[in-house]
Amino acid sequence: MVTRTERDRTVAAEVAESVTDPELPMLTLADLGVLREVTVTDTGGVVVTITPTYSGCPALTEMRTDLHRGLTEAGYTDVRIRTELSPPWSSSWITERGRRKLAEHGIHPPDERSNAPAARDTGGGPVPLTLEPPRREIRCPRCDSNATERTSEFSATACKALYRCLDCREPFEYFKEI
Amino acid sequence: MSFDNAYEAIAETHPEGDARWAFGTGFDDPLSGVDTTVPAGVDTADLAAYCLMLGDDALILSQRLTEWVTCAHELEDEVALANIALDLLGQARMLLSRAGSVEGLDRDEDALAYFRSEPEFRNVRLVELPGGDFGRTIAALLVLSTWRLALLNRLVTSADPVLSAIAAKAVKEVTYHREYAARWAVRLGDGTDYSAERLRSGFADVLPLVDELFTGHAVERRLVAAGVAVDSTELREEFDDVLARVAEQALLRLPEVNRVGSVGGLAGRDGVHTEHFGYLLAEMQSLARADPEATW
Repeated sequence: MVTRTERDRTVAAEVAESVTDPELPMLTLADLGVLREVTVTDTGGVVVTITPTYSGCPALTEMRTDLHRGLTEAGYTDVRIRTELSPPWSSSWITERGRRKLAEHGIHPPDERSNAPAARDTGGGPVPLTLEPPRREIRCPRCDSNATERTSEFSATACKALYRCLDCREPFEYFKEI
Repeated sequence: MSFDNAYEAIAETHPEGDARWAFGTGFDDPLSGVDTTVPAGVDTADLAAYCLMLGDDALILSQRLTEWVTCAHELEDEVALANIALDLLGQARMLLSRAGSVEGLDRDEDALAYFRSEPEFRNVRLVELPGGDFGRTIAALLVLSTWRLALLNRLVTSADPVLSAIAAKAVKEVTYHREYAARWAVRLGDGTDYSAERLRSGFADVLPLVDELFTGHAVERRLVAAGVAVDSTELREEFDDVLARVAEQALLRLPEVNRVGSVGGLAGRDGVHTEHFGYLLAEMQSLARADPEATW
């Protein structure tokens, strides 16, 4: 038997999971891995837990607003959005579907095997300094060439780096590892 | 949809009305929903002061880096500096919110950023140095992010769960900041005679103020004993090592400088700042002070 609360939770979770990221609208918050939990209280209230990608991510306010609006429109009257900082979000939480959709939209998904120091767990030891651009397996999202070059480690948002393809000459964005 | 003038477009009521702004149009609490209980045995005044120290470092450097927006030498670097400033601003917001919530004086992040005067800020002095010179910006960013990265990496195990969580996020961000500054230092140092001289002159401005990062303030010492803070005197070795490796790769001989000491035993962490700081605050705070009701 499916209880009312359980059904409420499933519906609320479906609504929350369908909300898209304001800066990467091809991804849902679930694809991006920032949606941590959806619970329903005994009184029918919904509590959604999200986690920011970067400390200064200005999209967080928009995400909360969009979640609140989506759930309110779905008929929930008591909606609370919690922020959770720990454990910190990691680019490895982007789902397979999320990675595929990023690539389809010309944004290269993160290479979790890269030697970018932010991607590595130092086990409490010092964060290694690397003075060369990180090694990443990157193919141009447009022409599939592996002759690419990094132009900047930062792009239009903190979570992306800027690359260019040396064959088709087109610039593209790369979702950085953290 | 067309409008006779641009102002009409701005004034147009959003079709979804107020529902769009469930939390208002102002800043919302960056620690909303986070358990902000202070661990037993930790002095709240000390914890608030420590959060201000780390938060003010980030806030003031963020303000300095933002000055490059619209006038950096390349669009890519303008975007990079703006992103680094944004990360630091995010860290500052969380740390200032944490300080406000534990000090119990009913001050939120905005009250702390915009309505404190010079002697109430707890940042180290080197982040106050004027911008406008890329060599100096890179030197200051390399020094601060190298120190901050070493600190945050240790702060992850803090007995205060909020500081620990903020540090665990920030450590990844500052890793990218240090890499950015280090690679630019190598590029300038190992570039032309002129670029190398500009970098050297940047370090000559910043290095006199470095000791302050490692003095171990009384607040910090008490919180180290409580397992909350990081002992900054232990960060020197890692800091010196990273700077030496960057300098070697950059073919740069770090300039010998006269250290700027404290003023009667007081420095930035005690609210004693450089002559540049008042001008920075004036610019940063003028709008909020002219219109305290403003939201954005």
